[in-house]
Amino acid sequence: MEILIQQVLSGLATGGIYGALALALVMIYQSTDVVNFSQGEMAMFSTYLCWSMINAGMPYWGAFFCTLAVSFAGGIAIQRLIIQPVQNAPVLAIVIVTVALLVIFNSVAGWLYSYIQKPFPSPFPEKPLKFGNIVFGAHDLGMIGVTMVVLAMLYGFFRFTPLGLVMRAAAQNPVSSRLCGIRVGRMLAFGWGLAAMVGSVAGMMVAPIVFLDPNMMGGIMIYAFASATLGGMSSPIGAVLGGFIVGVIENLVGTYVKFIGTELKFTVALALILVVLTFMPSGLFGRSEVKRV
Amino acid sequence: MSALTERQRAILIAAALLVACTLPFVLSGFRLFQFTQVFIYAIAILGLNILTGYNGQISLGHGAFYAIGAYTAAIMMDRWGVPYALTIPVAAVLCLGAGFLFGIPALRLEGLYLALATFALGLAAPQVFKYFEHWTGGSMGLVLTKPGAPFGLPLTPDQWLYFFSLAFLIAGFVLAKNLLGGRPGRALVAIRDHHIAAEAMGVNTALYKSLAFGVSAAYTGVAGALSAVAVAFVAPDSFQIFLSITFLVGVVIGGLASIEGAIFGALFIQFVPNWAQDISKAAPWAIYGIFLIVFMYAMPRGIAGALNALGARVSRALAKPPSGGA
Repeated sequence: MEILIQQVLSGLATGGIYGALALALVMIYQSTDVVNFSQGEMAMFSTYLCWSMINAGMPYWGAFFCTLAVSFAGGIAIQRLIIQPVQNAPVLAIVIVTVALLVIFNSVAGWLYSYIQKPFPSPFPEKPLKFGNIVFGAHDLGMIGVTMVVLAMLYGFFRFTPLGLVMRAAAQNPVSSRLCGIRVGRMLAFGWGLAAMVGSVAGMMVAPIVFLDPNMMGGIMIYAFASATLGGMSSPIGAVLGGFIVGVIENLVGTYVKFIGTELKFTVALALILVVLTFMPSGLFGRSEVKRV
Repeated sequence: MSALTERQRAILIAAALLVACTLPFVLSGFRLFQFTQVFIYAIAILGLNILTGYNGQISLGHGAFYAIGAYTAAIMMDRWGVPYALTIPVAAVLCLGAGFLFGIPALRLEGLYLALATFALGLAAPQVFKYFEHWTGGSMGLVLTKPGAPFGLPLTPDQWLYFFSLAFLIAGFVLAKNLLGGRPGRALVAIRDHHIAAEAMGVNTALYKSLAFGVSAAYTGVAGALSAVAVAFVAPDSFQIFLSITFLVGVVIGGLASIEGAIFGALFIQFVPNWAQDISKAAPWAIYGIFLIVFMYAMPRGIAGALNALGARVSRALAKPPSGGA
């Protein structure tokens, strides 16, 4: 029983990371119909920037917030310079461009920082917390907390601020929004910036667990994709809940289904994606899309 | 579609074949092996292009089929002592089946979703092969012996493998030409351009789409089997997701929906990383990425498309003076 609770809790902790990345994917998908394959690598790169700042002697939280600002600016720049020109091109062109970004970020990180794994500090105390018989890592708890704070802030931003409202309008109905005087292009770029920021939080939170290296996001991204598809690509809340569900499933399957263990982790994610897409393509919380012929 | 006349085209092909047949007697050792690898890549790229370029289904996981082909050949040779030449048709049939089966759920997925699902396939494949250690030798892989030339031909093993791969490449080209030039090819393109209209015209979209997946996987599987024979070593780490992306790079650089583009794409993915490696270990991928983006903006039809346009210009310029023109 204790093992079960412990596994569920640490599943929730990593699930929060999947959820955050899935949320970043869904934010971009909703506003621009682009699935950003480079989301994970962008997060990885942000994490390296944070590592550089900490190494240069900055305090953790200072580096953390600086990284957020840089990621935000970087996200906007990428959208404006690279994504915008292919925005209306066929899906294939967009997929190819984001895959290109994936390999560029991956190789540039390897180039600048080498492929050797680096430890990354955690802002939370090392001492594990004990609730009765259940031992729980402080970092795991902190991760869940940070994810929750990010979600609450995003929710508040989109729900209660004028800028959030404008961004939602631009994503939902670009043509009418433009007629109302909203700078749609600018809002879409802003969305990319926010997504990059959310991604960088996920990267900095997960790096203490998986260690920092250019390929650290590969495994995490596939779970983020699975979370986004499970929750529904059109539902931000679904993406986050999907993340938690996938995190728990991952841990439970890894512990209790002996032949899978940790060696077939990706295959579980693949199976999940295929099953969800085949049997309920709009996910648990998404709406099915209606297209005009 | 092409700007060249049939005769000019035949001359070009004959010239290319002549060059291909003299190469093994000019080059040797590693250089020759690189060209063998080019042919193998070209077969895989041609396969992916049938799916992505002609049929518009995006696959970011074709490395998985390449791996299936490679392991089929390696396991048959290593465990059962089957002669290498027999393993290649088996790999083709197996991958045809695997691709067809994967193509069925893929029918329900469009565009981005298919890209996602195949991306997951590409990521998962090496793990699966590592897992079935009893067959695949786990992460240590399988070591094979390089075959020599049969029938007492006076060729070194490297030269023989070169011609062996070349033969498969030529067969693949002829097959693709016939397949794509006829009714099935038109059906594939119609589905890519407007699947509802295609269906209304009586094209069985479900069948053609899953067949395209199967045929494409079969090509890639043959390439994988050939690579197992030529490299004489198979291990899960050679089939990471980046292999799938490499094929995609080859397709885009060579030219989407172009048969001859496969050669240009293969030359690119074989030789560009080689000289880029001198700059840094990471440089080839940075260059791949930059080329992908630049090609998407500036040359969306790849090298083959650009050459075709150039050819059209030249022949128009030649045709202008009354005495000129072939």
